[in-house]
Formats: sequence, structure tokens, C-alpha cells
Amino acid sequence: MELILEGILKAIALLVSLDPEVLGITALSLKISGTATLISLFLGVSTGTVVALTRFPGRKLVVSLINTGMGLPPVVVGLFVTIFLWRNGPLGFLQILYTPTAIILAQAIIATPIISGISLAAMQNLPANLRLQILALGATRIQMFWLLIREARLPLLAAVMAGFGGIISEVGASIMVGGNIKGYSRVLTTATVMETGRGNFDVAIALSAILLLLAFLINFLLTRIQQRERPR
Amino acid sequence: MKLKKLATCFRCLGFFALLCLITGLATAPAAFAAEPAQKNIILATTTSTQDSGLLDALIPIFEKETGYFVKTIAVGSGQAMAMGEKGEADVLLVHSPAAEKKFMEAQNGINRRLVMHNDFVIVGPPADPAGIKGSKTSPEAFMKIANTGNLFLSRGDNSGTHSKEKGIWKAAGLNPEEQPSKWYQQTGQGMGQTLNVAAEKLGYTLTDRGTWLALQKNLGLPILMEGDPLLLNIYHVIDVNPAKWPKVNAPGARAFSDFMVSPATQSIIKTFGVDKYGSPLFFPDADKKVEDLGK
Repeated sequence: MELILEGILKAIALLVSLDPEVLGITALSLKISGTATLISLFLGVSTGTVVALTRFPGRKLVVSLINTGMGLPPVVVGLFVTIFLWRNGPLGFLQILYTPTAIILAQAIIATPIISGISLAAMQNLPANLRLQILALGATRIQMFWLLIREARLPLLAAVMAGFGGIISEVGASIMVGGNIKGYSRVLTTATVMETGRGNFDVAIALSAILLLLAFLINFLLTRIQQRERPR
Repeated sequence: MKLKKLATCFRCLGFFALLCLITGLATAPAAFAAEPAQKNIILATTTSTQDSGLLDALIPIFEKETGYFVKTIAVGSGQAMAMGEKGEADVLLVHSPAAEKKFMEAQNGINRRLVMHNDFVIVGPPADPAGIKGSKTSPEAFMKIANTGNLFLSRGDNSGTHSKEKGIWKAAGLNPEEQPSKWYQQTGQGMGQTLNVAAEKLGYTLTDRGTWLALQKNLGLPILMEGDPLLLNIYHVIDVNPAKWPKVNAPGARAFSDFMVSPATQSIIKTFGVDKYGSPLFFPDADKKVEDLGK
């Protein structure tokens, strides 16, 4: 118990003193996971919407694959991204292994199925006649998609929260593809693992507290936006 | 009414888009700026050099002097050499002499040079239930742990420490992985984590002195056996062979290995940790031969 208290005091001290290393790590975590969420948002919502609104052979298989992908283990993603990004690997020419970009890539791969899956469910939950009504009012296909996405914005924000929460807290892929390089690709989760290994439990607890605080603030913000109007 | 709802929804979408844009833009320069390939050096090393804090002290000096950017990937020596074998690292700082020799024989590396040493120690619960204190050699101590069935935590990760441990078991004439009872457990993790597990489960383990010194304040695991010549822990720096892997940053690797054996660096290694732990964590050896160590 004493240790946890010490850790929380340490977290406060690190934040109050604006420790440049900790602030840098926190900002990097936010940037990486924010960018990855943004990418996943575009990919996930478009995939989810298209799959929800169209009928094609093998659709059930695609839906099952997306739903399985929602539980994609980060270490598996990390391993395969590492192998692909190796210098002598298929994508080695990109030269992005052990960079923040590589972490963004891996995290986007983890978050995209999560956002796709929830978007898919959200779109399927819209009243079926809504589509017909929108089309009857003379909307183009693109306009219809856009209106439907707007109609489903509450569950879509939930999808964003789930995706962001999944990757900001993820460590397996980040440490493999980012390398936990000091001042460069070290994020809150990988720093926590390293400080635990070094026996600096107070710092590890402090970093965890900052991570929790960050996740809470982001979700609080998104929830505020989501709950601004009463659900019908 | 309808108009108001529409406005709200546009606002919230707009706000979210802005949020995304800010995070996206803020990242863009850091994440997408392509660095010149030759500037980056990938250093694959053991967990002990990172967990003890030595690399945090040395690498900023090297980067400032040379302008290279070092990407330190701290893994076990086994994995570090596996990365070297695939040409996925430029330079290695490792402590697994037997495996290093194989690595060199396979033409995977060039320019292997002695950097420093410290020693391994056997630590365990203060009560020493296996009674290894006073053992003359490390295999004898290991035999006592095995015979009394006391818990022993192995790294189990092909690291330098793990291969040293396997060597000691071999010298003791025992294969612990074939033992029926559960006294031999593998963590598969780094030295720091393994020491934490040993402390929690009151087990014995083999550790390098540097990591133990850095962690001892929280551990409660005293040194029970030390000083056996078999327990020497020797670190070498190896450049990955650019003839085999053309994509390797050979000049960068050479600059780093030269830096590690330079007199200025060696004198930093000599005093590193004295202020914090009262004794040095590593002994610089660049001008010595392996055969003369520990004499």
C-alpha cells in the first residue's frame, strides 16, 4: 500500500514539476494513439458502413473476420509488423521499424477492426426504412452514406473510445515495433514495463497513474460530446 | 428544432475532426520526417546494459560527438545475435561468449572487441534454505539447490545470463529442464523481472552483478555465492558483417564500437554507478585479453 501511495505522490511530483522526459513520453503516447485512432476511424467507419449497407457473396465471412479482428492480440500484430518492416523484409525499404510511425501502423491495425465491428453493428441498428426515405428525398449514394453516419454518431463515438482505449493501453506491439527507444519511441506503456524491470516501482506506478488519467480525460471529453444531446 | 439538432451534430463532428487534426498534425513532423538512412544505428544489446542505466549514460555522449542516432533495442543476448544474424541490427553489445564465437564463425560479425566485464552472482532468500553459502564453486552451489529441491528461477530466454546458467548446470552434470519436480522455473523475461519474481517467490537465481546492484534496494535477495572464475560476465562489442548484409550501417557500427573501447568511454564505465551504489557496476577491459580477466 505504501508503495502505491509513494507512486501516486511520485506521479503528482512528476506532473507538477513538468518533468520533460515524462511529459515527452505522455505527449508521444497521445500523438501516436491519436493518429492511429484517426486512421482507424476512416478505415473502420468506411469498412463498417459498406459492409453494413451492401449485400455481396461471402458477406457473412467478412463480418465474422471483422468480429474476430476485434480481438486481434497486439503481440501477434507486433510480431508480423516487425517481420514485414525488417530491413530485409517485404516492406524494409520504408525504413520505419523502431520509429513512432511503426507504432502508429501497428496500432492502426489493432484499432481498425474494433472500429469496423462497432460501426457495422451501429449501422445495422439504424431503421431499415431510413435509407429508403433518404434516397426517396433525392439524396445521392454518397449523401446517403454521410447522413447515415451522422445518424449513427453516438455508437460511432463509442467505437472511437473503444479503439483509442484499446491502443493507448497496448504494450506488446509498441515495444516490438517501436523498440522503447529513449526520447524517441518510448510511450507510457513501454516505459512502465521498463521501469518495472529496473525495479523502479514508484516511477512505474507514476507512469501508470498518468496513463489512467490520460485515458480518463480523453474518454471524458468524448463522452461529453456523445452525451450532449439526449438519445432518442 | 431540426435545424438546431443539425447544428449540434455538425458542431460535435467538427470538434472531433479538429481534435483528430491537432493530434495528427502534431505527430506528422515527428513521425513522418524521413531521417537519412546512414544516421541511424540499431544497437541490439542485453537487458543488463539498459536496466543498469549504463547506456543512458553513454549513448547521449556518443550521439553528441558523432551526430549518429542510436536505436537501442534491449533484448537478451540470444535475440540480439539473432537480429545480427538476419542483418536487422548494425552493432551488438552482448555477453554470451560461447554463442558469440559461433556467431563469429558463421561470418555474421566482424571486429569483435572486449569492452568490459563484471561478474555473475547467485542470489537467494536470506535464510539460504539450500545452504549454498560457503560452496567453493558455482556448480556445487547449483547441485545443492537441485538436491534440496529449492526453487530456482531461470531466465529461460536464451540471454547471456541464461546461457551462462546452462553452462553451470552442464558443469554440475545436471539437466534441470528434465527434472520431474517443479523447483526449476523459467520466467522468459529480462533480468530485472526475473529478480523481482525470485524475490516474490523466495527463490534462487543467477544474476549479473550490475542489475542486482541497481535493484537490490527493493529485492531482499542477498548474494550467497560469488567469486568463482566460472562466474565472470564478459561483454563484447561486435559489428554486424556488412559483406553479408549490405543494408547494415557499417560506418555507424564501427563508430559505435570504437566509441565503446575508447579511453574516454572506458573511464566513464570505470566510475559508472560508484556514486549511486558505492561500487562500480562494470570494469573496463578494452586494453586487456579475456584470458587475463579475474586474475
